[in-house]
Amino acid sequence: MSGTIGWGVVAWVVGIAFFLPVLWMVLTAFKPESAAETWPPKFTFSPTLAEFRLVFSGWGPYVTHSAIATVASTVLVLMLGVPAAYALSVHPIKRWQDGLFFFISTKMLPIVAAIGPLYVIALKAHLLDSIWVLIILYTAMNLPLAIWMIRSFMLEVPGEMLEAAELDGAGRTREMTEVILPVISPGLISTALICVIFAWNELFLALNLTVTNAATLPMFLISSVPQEGLYIAHLSAAATLASVPVIIVGWIAQRSLVRGLSMGAIK
Amino acid sequence: MADVTYIQATRVYAKDAPPAVDALDLDIKDGEFMVLVGPSGSGKTTALRMLAGLEPLDGGRVEIGDKDVTFVPPKDRDIAMVFQNYALYPSKTVAENMAFALKMQHVPKDERDRRVREAARLLNLDDNLLNRKPKALSGGQRQRVAMGRAIVREPRVFLMDEPLSNLDAKLRVQTRSQIAELQRRLGITTVYVTHDQVEAMTMGNRVAVLAGGKLQQCDTPRQLYDNPVNQFVAGFIGSPAMNLQTVPLADGGVRLAGIVLPLPNAVTTAASRAGLSELVLGIRPEHMHLADGTGGLTGEVVLVEDLGADALLHVRLAGESNQVVARAEGRTPPAPGQQVTFHVRPEDTFAFNPETGARLAG
Repeated sequence: MSGTIGWGVVAWVVGIAFFLPVLWMVLTAFKPESAAETWPPKFTFSPTLAEFRLVFSGWGPYVTHSAIATVASTVLVLMLGVPAAYALSVHPIKRWQDGLFFFISTKMLPIVAAIGPLYVIALKAHLLDSIWVLIILYTAMNLPLAIWMIRSFMLEVPGEMLEAAELDGAGRTREMTEVILPVISPGLISTALICVIFAWNELFLALNLTVTNAATLPMFLISSVPQEGLYIAHLSAAATLASVPVIIVGWIAQRSLVRGLSMGAIK
Repeated sequence: MADVTYIQATRVYAKDAPPAVDALDLDIKDGEFMVLVGPSGSGKTTALRMLAGLEPLDGGRVEIGDKDVTFVPPKDRDIAMVFQNYALYPSKTVAENMAFALKMQHVPKDERDRRVREAARLLNLDDNLLNRKPKALSGGQRQRVAMGRAIVREPRVFLMDEPLSNLDAKLRVQTRSQIAELQRRLGITTVYVTHDQVEAMTMGNRVAVLAGGKLQQCDTPRQLYDNPVNQFVAGFIGSPAMNLQTVPLADGGVRLAGIVLPLPNAVTTAASRAGLSELVLGIRPEHMHLADGTGGLTGEVVLVEDLGADALLHVRLAGESNQVVARAEGRTPPAPGQQVTFHVRPEDTFAFNPETGARLAG
């Protein structure tokens, strides 16, 4: 019993430790710039939406770019990932292990090492500072993880159910649309959510390959940091707004996320 | 409606492993309820899956209605299967689950609905259950939906793979008789796999006993019980199991518990012709008759299992190390520790060759 309480205390301490910076960020976002950078931090202040207004006035194109790159790459990842995972699990191709290893091996090279060639390719293909370069690279970035995840969900589909579908006369297409996809849909949602989060928060590629025409929200956050002067409140407001979509998506998908990520844990 | 025939059907999973199903020859008549029974690893499920087309054959062939279906894909075999875990589609309602195969065959919607309702009525499935998802059903209801999914197809052959193993004991007994009754009414050839010999005995017109991938015996439940062809079938069929013990031959019978238990002449002749010095003696528990006086098998009661109508006596026979089980009248069974005497009629004994397990003529 005392052990349970002890762990409960630890959980609360760790939870609050994780949450405090977020709380600090949100609070700061409502402060006027003059009150933002005081020490010790002030907890009584007259809240203002001034910084939010400032952010809203400037972030329009960045949000649009981020949304397009995120949604388009996630849709592409699912469209490519589902058939790929199917071919590596339900009816595995010959040497499926090699395929599986190839996909994950693409994540082994640090992206920094690849940025030079990527830059040159984008330059030659006239894709620099285009939204397409981000869509393509975010798809490539998320696809391996998505294939691994979707594959593990597909492996959870009971073999008997697939055999029942086969006996019932369902071909490969029906097997997919009528049996597999409905069963793994919570898993697909959690996969999509993770792709959305990764693409939405991605900075490195966007920073190196785009300037203005395809600049995304994380780049806007960086541009909110002026060379001199007070900027903490402004940055906090921008960061708070940037996290809102992910939180909304996560909240909506919460149930599926838990079920999806724990698929296989419970039978 | 169709006959089903296995002809030297063989399935080998791994190159060096013994075949899972070894040259199976089995003839199942039109409308018959055939039970495949055996311990785990006996090949019974593999044999069923070969018939379903879910398992390729490595030798021999399978025929349905005189047509070789060895290379016919499952959906074209005109069969329906009930799976052990039911394998219902979780995203579909009960009605959609049952109609799915018909939908795949492009049967018109109103015909599908009619057949689903008819099957539901046959299985006592309430109409309001038809719109529920499988997860909102009890185990027994899921089992009936799985049956219904097979029935609506009106197939030539039903295949059932341990369909009762997920039900609790009481429901299993109920459903057992319902399935048998339904099969008799529909008259559709049925192949039913189980490891439970009680299910096999109560449901099948005939029962095929498998062990180690080989067919041991295929006959009516009564014949299997009264005339097992080998030691395996004798020990597998019947509950409690037949008492089996290796005993030395003596003049006119065998030596057991300090006496010579007489055996029929045919048995002793067969044993001496085979040059045996000992044989495996089998006596069913109900053939161990409690008796007064001497001249019988004596022993000490170790344990009494009271089943209500009758009682099972676990007895250590004089001078023997193994215990035997005897069935006695339930009201007045002997108490543990009591000395008892059994009489066994020679014609009630079974004798098997200890090397081959084959029955010695009796």
